[in-house]
Amino acid sequence: MDLFLQTLVSGFLKGGLYALIGMGMTLIMGVMGIINLAHGQIMMVGMYITYSLFALYGVDPYLSLFVSMPAIFVLGVTIQKYLLNPLLRAETILPENQVLMTVGVGMVLTEVMRFIFTSDYKSARTSYSNATFFLGEISFSVPLVIDLFIAIMMTVALFLFLVKTDTGKSIRATAQDKEAASLMGINAERITYITFGLGSALVAAAGTLLMPIFYLFPDIGGPFTRKAFVICVLGGLGSTVGAIFGGITLGLAEAFGATYVAMEFEDMIGLVMFILVLLFLPGGFKRITKI
Amino acid sequence: MKVKNRRMMTAPLAALLFLLVFPLFVSNDYYLHLMILALMWVMIGSAWNLLAGYTGQVSFGDAAFFGTGAYTAGLLVNHLGWSPWWGIPLGGVTAALLGLPFGWICFRLRGAYFALATLALNEIMRHIATIWESLTDGMVGIMILQTFYAPIDSPIGELSSKTPYYYIILFMAVFSVSTVIWVMNSKLGYYFLSIREDQDAAESLGINTHYYKMISLGIAAALTGLAGGFYMNYMGFIDPETVFSLHDISIMAILVGIVGGVGSVYGPAVGAFIMVMMQEAFRTGGFGLLDAFAEYTGSQFVATSASLITGAHVLGFGVLVVLVIRYMPNGVVGDWSRLMKFILGRFQRQV
Amino acid sequence: MSFFKIDNMVKHFGGLAAVNGVSFEVKKGQIFGLIGPNGSGKTTLFNLISGYFRPTSGSIHFKGKRIDQLKTHKIIHLGVGRTFQVVKPLKRMSVLDNVIAAAFSHAITKHHARDIAEETIEFCGLTDRIGDLAKNLTIGDRKRLEITRALATKPELLLLDETFAGLNPNELNDALDLIGKISGSGITIIIVEHIMKIIMSISDHIHAINFGQTIAEGTPKQVAADPHVIEAYLGDQELNA
Repeated sequence: MDLFLQTLVSGFLKGGLYALIGMGMTLIMGVMGIINLAHGQIMMVGMYITYSLFALYGVDPYLSLFVSMPAIFVLGVTIQKYLLNPLLRAETILPENQVLMTVGVGMVLTEVMRFIFTSDYKSARTSYSNATFFLGEISFSVPLVIDLFIAIMMTVALFLFLVKTDTGKSIRATAQDKEAASLMGINAERITYITFGLGSALVAAAGTLLMPIFYLFPDIGGPFTRKAFVICVLGGLGSTVGAIFGGITLGLAEAFGATYVAMEFEDMIGLVMFILVLLFLPGGFKRITKI
Repeated sequence: MKVKNRRMMTAPLAALLFLLVFPLFVSNDYYLHLMILALMWVMIGSAWNLLAGYTGQVSFGDAAFFGTGAYTAGLLVNHLGWSPWWGIPLGGVTAALLGLPFGWICFRLRGAYFALATLALNEIMRHIATIWESLTDGMVGIMILQTFYAPIDSPIGELSSKTPYYYIILFMAVFSVSTVIWVMNSKLGYYFLSIREDQDAAESLGINTHYYKMISLGIAAALTGLAGGFYMNYMGFIDPETVFSLHDISIMAILVGIVGGVGSVYGPAVGAFIMVMMQEAFRTGGFGLLDAFAEYTGSQFVATSASLITGAHVLGFGVLVVLVIRYMPNGVVGDWSRLMKFILGRFQRQV
Repeated sequence: MSFFKIDNMVKHFGGLAAVNGVSFEVKKGQIFGLIGPNGSGKTTLFNLISGYFRPTSGSIHFKGKRIDQLKTHKIIHLGVGRTFQVVKPLKRMSVLDNVIAAAFSHAITKHHARDIAEETIEFCGLTDRIGDLAKNLTIGDRKRLEITRALATKPELLLLDETFAGLNPNELNDALDLIGKISGSGITIIIVEHIMKIIMSISDHIHAINFGQTIAEGTPKQVAADPHVIEAYLGDQELNA
């Protein structure tokens, strides 16, 4: 029973971060209608920023959120503005050109980071990295609890932004109907920059939050890109609420898989869930939550 | 419906003639090896193009089918003691058997699901090949004895051991391109194009879009599996990281299609040769030219940059992806007139 | 056995009833007009008939066979052809290839499909556009292509969704001629139209709906005089004005 509860707790804590990753992806998915296959790689760049600040200046990873998020926001805006949006004007057969572009962007980001930082494993070990506290028999990792707390705050902030602000409303309107939104005078191009920037900043935040407990190397992006789309498919493509459910579900599934099946299956569990959802719940949790 | 007049046939026929006599004049193993790889990519690229360029269903996980074909061949040798050559046709069959039910699942949904699912399938297959050690030997991979490894005596002199492989893959590549041409001139072709253009309209023409998308995937998977079976025979060694590689197989397949020209019959064939040469040029630092140049000038700077460029060949590849999609989204064949205008314009201005 | 029959059709989207208990019957050879103001549920009905939507409840029978649970392509093969209100040409294919793709529903060889296609194109008067890419056609020709394509699937029942919208007077006359010709060749037609005048002039029988419910049914004259119809349309016109 304790093992079960322990697994439940660690899965849920990890799920909070996954939700953040998934929300970033689903936001982009909703507005641009494309899957961003550079999502994990963008997160990886954010992690390297955090790592550099830590290694060079000893900046606490949590503090570097204030650097990594804006920096990656700018990176996201740049990618959208100079690489993705121009593709909309070109007449081509493949509608997936933008998706392919994100693959290329992901490759470039990975290799540039390898060029700078080599393939070696890096980490930002802090005094609290291994700290835990106990509730009964169940151990809680301190950094993961802080992460969950920050992730929840960011989720709330994101929802307030989407619901209350004009820009947020424009994003939602564009996601629902691009043409109608631009007829209503919304500058669709600007919305796409902001959305991609925002989605990137969110995943960068997740990466930064992971830094105290995780290790880092250039190829870490690919697996997280895959996790991101599994989360989105679980939640229903384009659904922000769904991404939260999807993130937590994936976190729990990975934790239970690692505990009760085998560690080496951890990466595969998400992918198998992906196929199962396609089979039995096409459309993901969105079908149930309707948001 | 694309290949109508004779004039459009001259260039491909001339190319085929050239390819037929190539090994008679070039016996260098290295060049033959590059040509064999390029021809293999003609197959894979044409298959990808049938599904993506003509049916509009972009696969990001061709390695799943390629690797399945390769592993079929390898496992037949290791576990049943069959000749690896059986692995080519059977590799095509197993790849199709993987593709059809997979297509049945994912094509029920429209939109990004198929692309995502192919990516997932790619990873799942790689994990299975890695984890299921009792069957596949996991990361160790599969090694088989190649059929041709020594130079072959012939009436016209000694031939490279690669010559038989060359002609086999040439035949397979021609078979693939012909299959695509044949398909695109039949009912299937019209149905594939209709699906690509508008799925609702296609349904209203009486087209079972779900079924025909599966057929397209089945054909593409089978051709890719055949290529995988050949790869096992030719290389004699496979492991999960090479044949189920996302970058080296799946993304490469997409690049071959895009660089050559999506939705054109000969586009992927052209793209295959360009991409194999590019890959090799990056990998070897301009076929060793950079190194030679560094030695010639004795410049430390050139030597360093040569080793940097060789080290960063994946970066070069990534940059290429970005540039091609940004500036030549219809590929060499699709954007041929634009490309010519650009080059000729430059030229005329200089004159 | 009736040729075509809809029974108590209901379709909800979320909590909203787009179609709410509509029933009607179409006799073979008729031109059956389905009218109603914008948003009254006409196109939803078409999408229900052609299998794009599944009904919440109710049934549709075509030649005695229940079709409301069938997929679109099956319904097309049974002999129901349709056009779209917002035309859906296969843009990067020629007019001929568009129609050949449709003709393959009754042909196996390309030769045969091509014969059917050319014949249908001739019938619809698109011959001089035969080699053009569909994306380069005018809106009038695109609508004509929709009809041509639908005819090439050899339907016994043809569903025309707002075929006249957006046409200039010349094109309008051509379209009316074409519909007369199609009807003359023995094909039953259900036509959805917003413009009352046109539909009144060509229909044998009219069914009027508003807010997803039947408000009147009968000959064009009867329907035109029906107070519910007048009210629905006057209200709509006020909105338009």
